[in-house]
Amino acid sequence: MQCDICGNKKATVHLTEIVDEQMSELHLCEDCAREKSVQMEQQFGLADLLAGLTDFGKQAKDVDKVKTKCTNCGLTYEDFRKLGRLGCGECYSSFREYLTALLKKIHGSNQHFGKVPAHIPVQQKEKIDTLQDLRTQLQRAIHNESFEEAARLRDKIHELEKKGDIPS
Amino acid sequence: MIRLDDLINHTSEWLKGTGPYSSIVMSSRIRLARNFEKLPFPNKAAKKVLADIIETVQAAINELPLFKDAALFKISELDNVDRQFLVERHLMSHEHASHPEGKGLVISKEEVVSVMINEEDHLRIQVMQSGLNLFETWKIISSFDDALAQKINFAFLPEWGYLTACPTNTGTGMRGSVMLHLPALVMTKQINKVLAAISKLSFTSRGFYGEGTQASGNFFQISNQVSLGHSEDEIMQNIDGIIRQVIEQEEQARQALLLQNRPMLEDKICRSYGVLRNAHIISSQETAELLSMVRLGIDVGVVKDVDKATMNELFIMIQPAHLQKIEGKKLSAPERDEKRAKLIRSKLEKPQGR
Repeated sequence: MQCDICGNKKATVHLTEIVDEQMSELHLCEDCAREKSVQMEQQFGLADLLAGLTDFGKQAKDVDKVKTKCTNCGLTYEDFRKLGRLGCGECYSSFREYLTALLKKIHGSNQHFGKVPAHIPVQQKEKIDTLQDLRTQLQRAIHNESFEEAARLRDKIHELEKKGDIPS
Repeated sequence: MIRLDDLINHTSEWLKGTGPYSSIVMSSRIRLARNFEKLPFPNKAAKKVLADIIETVQAAINELPLFKDAALFKISELDNVDRQFLVERHLMSHEHASHPEGKGLVISKEEVVSVMINEEDHLRIQVMQSGLNLFETWKIISSFDDALAQKINFAFLPEWGYLTACPTNTGTGMRGSVMLHLPALVMTKQINKVLAAISKLSFTSRGFYGEGTQASGNFFQISNQVSLGHSEDEIMQNIDGIIRQVIEQEEQARQALLLQNRPMLEDKICRSYGVLRNAHIISSQETAELLSMVRLGIDVGVVKDVDKATMNELFIMIQPAHLQKIEGKKLSAPERDEKRAKLIRSKLEKPQGR
């Protein structure tokens, strides 16, 4: 198999990426892979990420966005863009729409796994556990290249994530 | 109750030079970021709120057995040398020291657990242990976190986990770090290759003396960057796996140096030891480099009459605020270079008499 970028050398690095329902595959030679990973690093550096928030402002609908205010502490999204720091825990709910993309960009994920503090109700803890199980299965399915199974699990995860038992 | 001045006479638990892989791994550290539900984060909170938070945390901690004999400091009540002293001991951040208003610090016995109150987040809990010991470290910090969660409702969302002031810490709120001593990888010029590989895996590295510092004394601290989407256990497994590979690389480099150029290595180590034992004026930079060589000398069996704990301790003691606390007065930079040399000579002359 030849490299997808230069078309010359033998592809030795294989990337499978699932972004918003679309699966893409990329086969690269070692040189192109190295170049690509440098690009990705630059693209995903933290400073760039936080600075990159400013770019969002160029879109017309974002007039509303910068004015969005946290109902608890009064921080606006514009303040957050300037400071790079949120004002209180409730900001996460107030700016949910915008933070979803940002968190995904920073961490490559949108779903918490791990500890849950004592005061969180049992049903929500169970939901987190179920999601964690499903995700482990999804990883295994991708690893085994059972993509149909993976798609099924992915849909199941999405469905569960959308269930509105999240306090806001 | 520990007083700040008592700390100087104790070796912190994490400097003891024990634990798995302690010839290469200095220490393992985990920190958790936690915030109170609803309350504004420290940078947005009024003085009264900050004071209440310190009080609530103090009350919660006082009831815990782990914090029997703990120390609580209000940073604004400490002078500059004392603040710097706590930073040098890795008990709090530069940030915490330079903006002291409304900030607190709790330190448990043996300096195992420390809690920065009202840093960037309401609570920054830290546990440090000697050697490669992330999972043990996690047990300590997690049970402390559980105990606090009985008394404080932490800001949390099921889908995003623990909520923090900076979105880069959201999720587990956890950062695991391992401090490695890698002199052979530096000497064989392989270190940049290793660090570049680490950064590609979403891990960061930085120097011994904290965030934003250059690697000094061939120490490198490796931490996870991502905190959302992986459980604490997965994060630790990942760090542990990477660290073990780096350890293997360092071991191979050490073997290669010994095989190919033993006299050169022995000469470098013994000269370093000689300078440390005889110098009358020495900078902290030079000290760190020489201590690193002697520490390597202990590991490879060239230096036999001094132990690793003494070396580890010296890395901490030779810093400016520590020298000033030991002398009990302010010292200019040239005075410090002199006192530093004197301290090192006394520690290395009588290694058994500590």
